[in-house]
Amino acid sequence: MTPQLEILITVVIVSSACAALGVFLILRKMAMMTDAISHTILLGIVIAFFITKSLTSPFLIIGAACMGVFTVYLTEMLKRTRLMAEDSAIGIVFPFLFSIAIILITKYAGNTHLDVDSVLLGELVFVPFDRLVVFGRDIGAKSLYVMGTILLINMLFIAVFYKELKLATFDAALASVLGFSPVFIHYALMGLVSITAVGAFESVGSILVIAFMIGPPVTAYMLTDQLKKMLILSILIGIVNAIVGYWISAILDVSIAGSIATIIGITYLFAFIFAPKRGILAMIHLRRVQQIEYAVKSLLFHLYNHEGTDIEKEESNRHSIYKHLHWDKRFLERVLKKAARRDYLSVNKEYLKLTPEGRKYAIKSYEVL
Amino acid sequence: MQKYIIEVEDMTVAYEKKPVLWDIDIKIPKGVLMAIVGPNGAGKSTLIKAMLNLIIPISGKVLFNGACYESQRRYIGYVPQRGSVDWDFPTDVLDVVLMGTYGQIGWIKRPGKKQKEKALDAIKKVGMEEFVDRQISQLSGGQQQRVFLARALVQDADIYFMDEPFQGVDAKTEKAIINILKELRSRGKTVIVVHHDLQTVKEYFDWVTLLNTKLIKYGKVDEVFTDENLRMTYGTIGPILKGE
Ligand SMILES: Nc1ncnc2c1ncn2[C@@H]1O[C@H](COP(=O)(O)OP(=O)(O)O)[C@@H](O)[C@H]1O
Ligand SMILES: [Mg+2]
Repeated sequence: MTPQLEILITVVIVSSACAALGVFLILRKMAMMTDAISHTILLGIVIAFFITKSLTSPFLIIGAACMGVFTVYLTEMLKRTRLMAEDSAIGIVFPFLFSIAIILITKYAGNTHLDVDSVLLGELVFVPFDRLVVFGRDIGAKSLYVMGTILLINMLFIAVFYKELKLATFDAALASVLGFSPVFIHYALMGLVSITAVGAFESVGSILVIAFMIGPPVTAYMLTDQLKKMLILSILIGIVNAIVGYWISAILDVSIAGSIATIIGITYLFAFIFAPKRGILAMIHLRRVQQIEYAVKSLLFHLYNHEGTDIEKEESNRHSIYKHLHWDKRFLERVLKKAARRDYLSVNKEYLKLTPEGRKYAIKSYEVL
Repeated sequence: MQKYIIEVEDMTVAYEKKPVLWDIDIKIPKGVLMAIVGPNGAGKSTLIKAMLNLIIPISGKVLFNGACYESQRRYIGYVPQRGSVDWDFPTDVLDVVLMGTYGQIGWIKRPGKKQKEKALDAIKKVGMEEFVDRQISQLSGGQQQRVFLARALVQDADIYFMDEPFQGVDAKTEKAIINILKELRSRGKTVIVVHHDLQTVKEYFDWVTLLNTKLIKYGKVDEVFTDENLRMTYGTIGPILKGE
């Protein structure tokens, strides 16, 4: 395997592991918490490092997972005092724990390669240098195996506890009443987020971890309204983002993590604008359609109201009706076209007349009001 | 046989310092349709949540059929306040109603054909059969409430707790819901409902609990639902019920 391929496969695995968990984080409105966890785990790593004196010990992952869960617990405790809102609580806990980690690193671990820059941005280019050697044989980059295992755990967790995750996310109270401890689900999820973040941060850095956990899920959320589809889409979007970002970084010779994070942002922007149902263009279009729809109804109703009265002629003249309705002429033309296409109107000389169809529709839309 | 299906003893609940419920004692016989009535912030939702073990009380306990909640979980159904969930959650009507069967299925296993049929039956019962595949974000308030009711029905419970099931529903839906609740009662189920509209208490319910942090009175509507007791509950003077 070439070093390039090893890097690419690593980011693809990281993206899937993050994007899958991220779906539940987004639905639980925990984007900020994700941000916090992916930083405060550093303190767990540092503490575990001081105890084990090794940067490769699996205890680093356990230390990180504990710190992630502790972050959630501390935030929730502060929130429960009702002295501050959740986002303020996160704003206090996150910098507090993170800066303790920074101080410890700079003061006591300066000559190990735990440094702040690589935590934030990762060192993807170093992925191929850290090999996994079994019985004297080099079987590939270590991060591939670490992240592969984490991806497997995440997927298993979601597959096995899918129903419980869905229920506890949608309605925690019912989950509790039915005996599916939402607290257990919550902390299991947070534990996995921490493990994923620590497994990934060494290679891709915490910024990209956050980007993968938040970006693809929110993009997927713009595109679908089914949980299963959202999960699949989120993972696919994550993978495509990873590949495209990597490819662009190779062409432009820029930071891999930076390039991928940018692509994730751009992808979301596209979905935000062009998503078929929820995108901004769709919204604008929908509003316009609705506007015409209401206009058709009010025109039909106007005609209906004046049917058979003395002023019917005056009120239904197609050249003056826009004045009665306070519309401009172009708008009236569009409304007329729409109504005529549906056979609600006929034009007799210059007078608009309701068809039986149109009369029925006018009455019906009046009754729903 | 246990005489009371629900017994609340000396229950006090506080968030932080201020007590929200103060020394509540209630004994509810089987098969009643009971309203919990009281002003905003009286602790009605809290009372239900504490009974369901969703909030740990400072003191006191709740017994169902003389036993603790955990052992009776299977027989208890719950309809939370409509606003307590996110209706933009990516799912549809059938899926939400199916959630009511999860308790019978247990951990990890998935709902199967049997559960699906049950859910469809319940959906039909609340008159939502046209909306089985409808995205829940596309439902009106009344439709959301019907979905929640269907979800509770598939729980096959003996005791139902419902937090403001009439909130934000039209008159037609309200009638449909109360008919279903009355039918549950006629099948021997016990139904506890947080209710807002004092005018309909006499028509809908046979028991009532008047609550305002403290328990003011509870019992049969005919005996307890008096102007005087209502005044004690709401702390206002003058008639509260129209036309009395
Ligand atoms: N999670 C909470 N934390 C702190 N106070 C709460 C919480 N939930 C409710 N309260 C307070 O408890 C009181 C009772 O609330 P609630 O039981 O919801 O009243 P009701 O349902 O009768 O309107 C209110 O004053 C409310 O502000
Ligand atoms: Mg309430």
